[in-house]
Amino acid sequence: MRCSSSKPTSEKVDGFTRKSVRKAQRQRKSQGSSQYRTQSAPVELSPLPQLKDTPSAEQQELFMQKLNQCCVLFDFLDSVTDLKSKEIKRATLNELVEYVSTYRGVLVESAYPDITNMICTNIFRALPPSDNPDFDPEEDEPTLEVSWPHMQLVYEFLLRFLENPDFQPSIAKRHIDQKFVLQLLELFDSEDPRERDFLKTILHRIYGKFLGLRAFIRKQINNIFLQFIYETEHFNGVAELLEILGSIINGFALPLKAEHKQFLMKVLIPLHTAKSLALFHAQLAYCVVQFLEKDPTLTEPVIRGLLKVWPKTCSQKEVMFLGEIEEILDVVEPTQFKKVQEPLFKQISKCVANAHFQVAERALYFWNNDYILSLIEENIDKILPIMFGSLYRISKEHWNPTIVALVYNVLKTLMEMNCTLFDELTSSYKAERQREKKKEQERDELWKKLDQFKLGNAPLVQNNSHSIPSVQNNNNNNNNNNSNNNESQEATSTPSDKDLAVTVEVEDSTPCAK
Amino acid sequence: MAGADGDDSLYPIAVLIDELRNEDVQNDTETQLYSLKMYSIIHIFYNTIYDEDEVLLALAEQLGNFTMLVGGPEYVHCLLPPLESLATVEETVVRDKAVESLRKISQEHSPVDLEVHFEPLVKRLASGDWFTSRTSACGLFSVCYPRVSSTVKAEIRQHFRTLCSDDTPMVRRAAASKLGEFAKVLEPEYVKSDIISLFTALASDEQDSVRLLAVEACVSIATLLPQEDLETLVMPTLRQAAEDKSWRVRYMVADKFSELQKAVGSEITKNDLVPAFQNLLKDCEAEVRAAAANKVKEFCENLPEDNREQIIMTHILPCVKELVSDTNQHVKSALASVIMGLSTILGKDNTIEHLLPLFLAQLKDECPEVRLNIISNLDCVNEVIGIRQLSQSLLPAIVELAEDAKWRVRLAIIEYMPLLAGQLGVEFFDEKLNTLCMAWLIDHVYAIREAATCNLMKLVEKFGAEWAQNTIVPKVLGMANDPNYLHRMTTLFCINALSEACGQEITTKQMLPVVLKMSNDQVANVRFNVAKSLQKIGPVLDSNALQTEVKPVLEKLATDSDMDVKYFAQEAITLQS
Repeated sequence: MRCSSSKPTSEKVDGFTRKSVRKAQRQRKSQGSSQYRTQSAPVELSPLPQLKDTPSAEQQELFMQKLNQCCVLFDFLDSVTDLKSKEIKRATLNELVEYVSTYRGVLVESAYPDITNMICTNIFRALPPSDNPDFDPEEDEPTLEVSWPHMQLVYEFLLRFLENPDFQPSIAKRHIDQKFVLQLLELFDSEDPRERDFLKTILHRIYGKFLGLRAFIRKQINNIFLQFIYETEHFNGVAELLEILGSIINGFALPLKAEHKQFLMKVLIPLHTAKSLALFHAQLAYCVVQFLEKDPTLTEPVIRGLLKVWPKTCSQKEVMFLGEIEEILDVVEPTQFKKVQEPLFKQISKCVANAHFQVAERALYFWNNDYILSLIEENIDKILPIMFGSLYRISKEHWNPTIVALVYNVLKTLMEMNCTLFDELTSSYKAERQREKKKEQERDELWKKLDQFKLGNAPLVQNNSHSIPSVQNNNNNNNNNNSNNNESQEATSTPSDKDLAVTVEVEDSTPCAK
Repeated sequence: MAGADGDDSLYPIAVLIDELRNEDVQNDTETQLYSLKMYSIIHIFYNTIYDEDEVLLALAEQLGNFTMLVGGPEYVHCLLPPLESLATVEETVVRDKAVESLRKISQEHSPVDLEVHFEPLVKRLASGDWFTSRTSACGLFSVCYPRVSSTVKAEIRQHFRTLCSDDTPMVRRAAASKLGEFAKVLEPEYVKSDIISLFTALASDEQDSVRLLAVEACVSIATLLPQEDLETLVMPTLRQAAEDKSWRVRYMVADKFSELQKAVGSEITKNDLVPAFQNLLKDCEAEVRAAAANKVKEFCENLPEDNREQIIMTHILPCVKELVSDTNQHVKSALASVIMGLSTILGKDNTIEHLLPLFLAQLKDECPEVRLNIISNLDCVNEVIGIRQLSQSLLPAIVELAEDAKWRVRLAIIEYMPLLAGQLGVEFFDEKLNTLCMAWLIDHVYAIREAATCNLMKLVEKFGAEWAQNTIVPKVLGMANDPNYLHRMTTLFCINALSEACGQEITTKQMLPVVLKMSNDQVANVRFNVAKSLQKIGPVLDSNALQTEVKPVLEKLATDSDMDVKYFAQEAITLQS
């Protein structure tokens, strides 16, 4: 990860570098696993008899032997060594998967430690450093886990183990404990999507079966997200974790606990600020909507939260936000809608007027949604004044003909909703614009005045040196009586007048400050 | 939204500015009044405006410089409430800035104020509900600890202990990153009784992001303890970290290796760190190997001198040899950037026997960055084994690269040339490299010819005009008669590049006649390049030469039959008049 810092120098030196770097990466592709380190010299495996050919009295003993055999790890980075043993382990794992999924009564209490030991040995490992430090999940090929041929079967085995009708959480909880879950969660950072997919299902099963672990799992996911948002900005499994949460939220009891509300406001909403939002936005929006369906009173804080983190420059994200707002509006209660309509439609009116046509288009699509239309119609006296300015302006100014056409339709719809208000707004539009302009100008001037204050605040010496030549100038002007100079004299004198004006203002206002 | 709020927000700003102008208030009662005003302003600021992170960041930073504005150290505590809430913000940068400002103004508190105002704030933060306030608290313990009474000290230690075992990893990370700093302000007996147990616990945390921070703390803790305690109190943890299952922790150990080495002293280095370093150099993750490779020189330098050479030769060098042919280019390049430094430590004979083969191998490495790192450090080897030896062994490799079939490789070598020339000296250069440099001028790839002219200019800047006159200029001017017009143009390009460095005399007496003569060339490209060259070297010539020699030629070119020649001649005339 950190090695990459030295890369740019080489790129300057020689045009070959980039190609060779790319090539090297291609060669290394689908590698990655730091687990090999755990073992010094792999033992050669010798095949054991098949479970199905063994009398049932001896099966249990053989099952244990096979589990132990599968604890041997192999180096998959080296594709030529231990071929025979690797194949034996693969076949054995396959057999074990079949054994726990089809045979009944195999999960006796004494088997649990060996089963979990085999699983832990195989899947729990420190994830290797990313091959590509600027890994872009949308663009680049992920690094695939090199020992997948075995690991897949171990995951499969774990899943079948959890799903086995004889599986007893009360026995398993001694082994599938907090530490187990923590290590499992760390693996969600794996770059290999196949692995994350397995993890997702497995964690979901564990959450379902181990009641005692639920709060712990939620808290750890919380921590992962917070670390992702505020510290590392990097975690590959956000989408998968959100997907699990989506179904968890669905099952929350009402009224919602404070812990869950806090999770919504302090974790899910800030997750919207992530740079890689596109990778998990669908899952995130689903979670948010789930919350609002559970408890409609959360609508206002959620909408305000979203408005606070609304993207300022990233159009792609803005489109996603608009999509999420529409999803929320689809389930919003009319009373809740009234609480947020003003700030919300101020933002929508900005989006409608966005120069990026996809943003404008996405916002204008709201008017194709019948439920949203009915909400707007109900509150037309509030919403129309907010929307009118932007709509009217872009109907004349937007560069994109599709947007202009859409805006005409929207204006028409709004006009039909309240014709009188619409006419009023049309006739006052010009005056309104002028008033705005004037206000803007006044603001500008106020700032200029304040800027002069800043200059006046500079060290005294500098002030003096400034004032002396200007006085001399004035004298000269008087002597010459030249019209040009008079002009410049006026120019120099104006700021000081303004200066005074502001001083007066400020003095007026000081008492109020106390 | 900001636009609409703008007008309101101006109001406190205007007030604030008014206050700032009154900065010279000296009278005591006035100061008090003034600080009260200031206090209310800060509150207006804090409560009325913004929850924009950018604004909060600026606010957090500025408040740290406000002591004088609120009436001096006596009133500095009124800055605490706004900074306290800023220290609980989610956004990390804001929070860090607020903590930085709090640390700053803590120094301006009197011991009494520190206990009355500051320390309670730290405690509130340390026992906050949300993780943000607890992480902020971690950075504040060490600044107030030395200046409070012993009862308060005990409380602070207790708070720190609690945070080290906080159940959010964010807080444990914050505590781990401040562990070393906190240890430094603690009384020695508490370092042993408190810090060591915290250190051991953090170093075996379930999260690798916490464990790796403990490695950093290890450096400070080791320096605080007497040598005889290190073995029992620190080394077990350090050994464990060097073999941690997470590569991030091992990377951290490698990255901090020199500091660790200094902190634990030479005896432990010999017994423990040498084997640990060997393992890191052979680590299975390239990241770790690269970090360790970076430290090879520093580690060897800091070994105890009595048996330094023996340790390097028997333990380190074998690992280094393996790294030279590592599969990862970052590892090789990290090694190449320091390996040359070993020659000063090992001396002439060892360098020639053991290191030179490695240098040679790296010089021929497929990765250009590795080659660059070797070439740009040639000077240290030069000092040890002398230029003759160096030239015999390394030069063939350089020459080979200079004639590489791939023009990009040649280009890379040209770019090293001025550097090499500087390190090898003029005599050596003339003897061995000059021909190469001249050969590049007639390379069949334009980019090489261009780089070669640029290279000549840099060489002249290094070796001076006289050298240029004797060695380069005759050869360059000779090319003016080459049958290939591309080579004739190269002469012009060289003159463009060299005239300034060579000075007026050489330019007027030797170069100008050649340029003028080429104005009769039969190839139009040469002729318009003559016009361009005359424009380029104009500023170097005296006005006499310009008037009597250059002007007539340009005027003649301005009537040329070729459109481009005319254009450039006219451009030159307008620019020179």
